[in-house]
Amino acid sequence: MNILKFIESFTDDNLMNSTGSRRDSFSQFGNIGKNLALASIPFGLSALTNKAFAKDITATPATPIGALQFALTLEYLENEFYAMALDSGVIPASENGGRDLKVFQQIAAHESDHVKFLIAGLGGSASANFVPKPTFDFTVGGAFNPFGDYPTFLALAQAFEDTGVRAYKGQAANLITTPDLLTAALQIHSVEARHASEVRRLRGLKGWISNSERGAGMPAATQAVYDGEGVTMQAGFNTATAFGAAAGSEAYDEPLTTQQVVDIANIFIV
Amino acid sequence: MKNEVKIHEVDPSLNSRRSFLKLSGLTLATTGLILAGCSDNDNDNDMPDTSLPGIRNGVFDLGSGDFGVLTYAYALEQLEADFYTKVVNASSFNTVFSSLEREVLTDLYHHEVVHRDFFKAALTGALPDPSSQLLPSLAFNYGSLNFNSRTEVLATAKALEDTGVAAYNGAGKLIKTADYLLLAGKIVSVEARHAAAIRSLINPNSKDFAGDDIVNMSTGLDDAKDPSKILPIAAGFITTKFTAKYLP
Repeated sequence: MNILKFIESFTDDNLMNSTGSRRDSFSQFGNIGKNLALASIPFGLSALTNKAFAKDITATPATPIGALQFALTLEYLENEFYAMALDSGVIPASENGGRDLKVFQQIAAHESDHVKFLIAGLGGSASANFVPKPTFDFTVGGAFNPFGDYPTFLALAQAFEDTGVRAYKGQAANLITTPDLLTAALQIHSVEARHASEVRRLRGLKGWISNSERGAGMPAATQAVYDGEGVTMQAGFNTATAFGAAAGSEAYDEPLTTQQVVDIANIFIV
Repeated sequence: MKNEVKIHEVDPSLNSRRSFLKLSGLTLATTGLILAGCSDNDNDNDMPDTSLPGIRNGVFDLGSGDFGVLTYAYALEQLEADFYTKVVNASSFNTVFSSLEREVLTDLYHHEVVHRDFFKAALTGALPDPSSQLLPSLAFNYGSLNFNSRTEVLATAKALEDTGVAAYNGAGKLIKTADYLLLAGKIVSVEARHAAAIRSLINPNSKDFAGDDIVNMSTGLDDAKDPSKILPIAAGFITTKFTAKYLP
């Protein structure tokens, strides 16, 4: 097939609204290079969410319980991602004097803690509020190789952490009536932001997001994680006035809606 | 061993407040802040609405509720902005710090000035009578802190950023308006990004970006502190007197 024409067609709204299964979509990438495939997979596009056999997660109710259930699902994703990465050996033990391995061991420990903390917060695994762990496929049907290719792992780690920061922020209003839960969510939220900063810096980027840039080396597929980050008006104040739009946008992280996060997460759920 | 090059201020056994006080060279006895409960002669009849910031008993009080929390945040952002303004303008800034460190510190200077100016504008627009209710521009004194010392500047930045994260995390539950809560949330994650970056400049080959000294090892939760725990820390650097009698 004409690869260029196929990739071009990803910008065609008709294709995005088609009902082809996700696996069918990705099978068409079979013969092209990994980098090209990475650069061409749109996160969260509707073409990818009409999966024939997928068990997608759905948006949780805008309630305190719903917010915790939603958070738990994201923490399941991060926890499994880092546990598999550590098991796979994809993180070089000698990279940067052992820095990378120490960083991801620490992040993995936190994500594991967050899963346990949230399950307990929902009343334990026997509670009616408990949500089970979905089945994840971090290769997205073979298109990604995060546990065999370190740069791909790093790129996904950055995408997950920056998504996590925005996802928790989007749940704040759902927790405003439950101060203790809100505080706990904020305490997880800032840890995700610490993770995001460090992963970005490991990749040679700034720890903060300039405009809505996904950053050098991030696949175009991850742009949905960064769309809307370039806001420079905050409550009527123009944050770009003093030092320009990049600095003004860096000074604030923006929320993602529940549905936006669900669309991103569903790419990795089978 | 990496530990051999660690400076005393980043010893994980010390919490940020202890580091802060050590660096500031000042003690709590010099604080200009009078905290909640210190005074029982409240002038409540003249100013029954304690949610509004303003002069009470001759001293500016932050108030309570949403305006109190936002004014509290404005005070902390004034401190951070002032600190980084002095950092980037110090005479040896270009020689003491590496280019990467200068980039990080300059970004932090930009972000914190933007935060400060944002709170000033937002409060000026939202307060019923900003001419009497807007927290004035505060004055600062860093004691013996040497702004040409890489070690002291980075350690102070670490303490300031960790304190900022704990302050916002602790104050979130005091905010009743969803829009204000979201604004605070937009800022606190950037403060956490700062904290991680500064920590990894100090001790790069480590897990200090989210170290066990700041993130609880069994829950994975970051620090959260009430204003009454944060303000004595900040007071080590703030010379303008103000009170926070109606914040927890």
